[in-house]
Amino acid sequence: MTDQFEPKIVGFMCNWCSYRAADLAGTARIKYSPNVRIIRVMCSGRVDPTFVMKSFALGADGVMMAGCHPGECHYIEQNYKAMRRFSMIQHTLTALGIEPQRFRLVWASAAEGQQLAEAVDQFIEDVRKLGPLNWRANWAEHDDRLAALAEIVHEHQEALEVLP
Amino acid sequence: MSENNPKPKLAIYWAASCGGCEISILAVNEKILDVAAAFDIVFWPCATDGKVHDVEKMPDGYIDVCLFNGSIRTSEQEYMAQLMRRKSKVLVAFGSCASEGCIPGLANMNTREEIFDTVYRDTPSTENPQGLRPQHKTEMPEGTLHLPLFYDTVRTLGQTVNVDYYLPGCPPEADKIWDAVGAILAGKLPPPGSVIGANTTVCDECKRTKTEKKIKAFKRTWEVIPDAETCLLEQGLICCGIATRAGCGALCPVVNSPCIGCHGGNEGVQDYGSRLMTALSSVIDSNDPDEIDAIIAKGIPDPVGQLYRFTLAASLLRRKKLPAQGNGAAAAATKAS
Repeated sequence: MTDQFEPKIVGFMCNWCSYRAADLAGTARIKYSPNVRIIRVMCSGRVDPTFVMKSFALGADGVMMAGCHPGECHYIEQNYKAMRRFSMIQHTLTALGIEPQRFRLVWASAAEGQQLAEAVDQFIEDVRKLGPLNWRANWAEHDDRLAALAEIVHEHQEALEVLP
Repeated sequence: MSENNPKPKLAIYWAASCGGCEISILAVNEKILDVAAAFDIVFWPCATDGKVHDVEKMPDGYIDVCLFNGSIRTSEQEYMAQLMRRKSKVLVAFGSCASEGCIPGLANMNTREEIFDTVYRDTPSTENPQGLRPQHKTEMPEGTLHLPLFYDTVRTLGQTVNVDYYLPGCPPEADKIWDAVGAILAGKLPPPGSVIGANTTVCDECKRTKTEKKIKAFKRTWEVIPDAETCLLEQGLICCGIATRAGCGALCPVVNSPCIGCHGGNEGVQDYGSRLMTALSSVIDSNDPDEIDAIIAKGIPDPVGQLYRFTLAASLLRRKKLPAQGNGAAAAATKAS
């Protein structure tokens, strides 16, 4: 065990190209980092921004979206929608303080196992440099919260003592 | 007591809100007298005299229905949320603030320090040479005085206590309010945790002509005078009707103003802004990444304010990242503390 930070990456990959590229990388025994948790979707256009937000909220350090090259979508043009959504999501994530490097769009055809593996490795290295995101730490309750709530009860009791 | 007074008991309380919800309750006009006739209003600080200790003395579950508006920003509000939850059989998150954070929830784009800097130092009308800030505790000869603790993050009512029903809208429409309260008392209700409202979007209620949407630029309301017939989104205005729960009768589009999304997401939607992102991205008429970036950057300069105007506190990410977390490096430290 080393102390190196291992980023948790969620990868949404389309059934027709990128997932097959990952499959090919596997059958061709191409080595790439195990940090990516691949979720197969029918099309990159299926990736709802909700999935991305949820990934970050549940502890992902980075999210990757991968689909067929533009112009080669199995569903004609849905990967163009993915491209636009990617831009919109990244714009929003940046405003929320999540580095744009934590969210990446990759095009990989079914033949591009090597390219996909390299893209995954590169992404993981980039996220590793950024460090953990640990989004839920942003929701931490105030340290004095419970004491403050208890004080209210106490003060109300005190106030009642001075009532006529 | 209930034998002498069999009327159902109603409480209305507010936390971090603007008061518009109370006004919408009073907007039933003279019917407010019917309300007073139908209900025993046991606690409503805005309109009737009552003290918190009166509520504290009630047995648990004494209040039949509590309409709670406002989000949770301070310890006092959290205390009242817990108190009203305990004392009420049915707790309704009333309006957008209680349901999804609404405009007060946009404070989650700033830290507590930034908010205090603005309010107690930076505004032009502030005169505060000593740099005084409200203190949670102040020692006096007679003892310690407390102000409510100001939380880092605005929470919704549902993130604070169990909520039975949600009434959407900023504010909810007057007629819908009494329909909902009537339904609660008659026991004609969806399962607990439901939103009492329509299960469709504002577009369904909007009478404008809709065709295929393809736009090259998002426009601000002052940039165009929209025609009264065509879908506002097709004219380039960011109309949130496509992602927003119906129920208002498309009030804003009817008067040539784009929907701003005050009813929040439709049934089953976890993250309102995500739905809006999906919809808006789909209508951008470009396949060139650079052009897409430019259209979005120019048309939506404030994505959170535009996409999460009413729902940031209830969204999946809830707030902007705290700067203490820096580059992610200090996150572990924050968690540990």
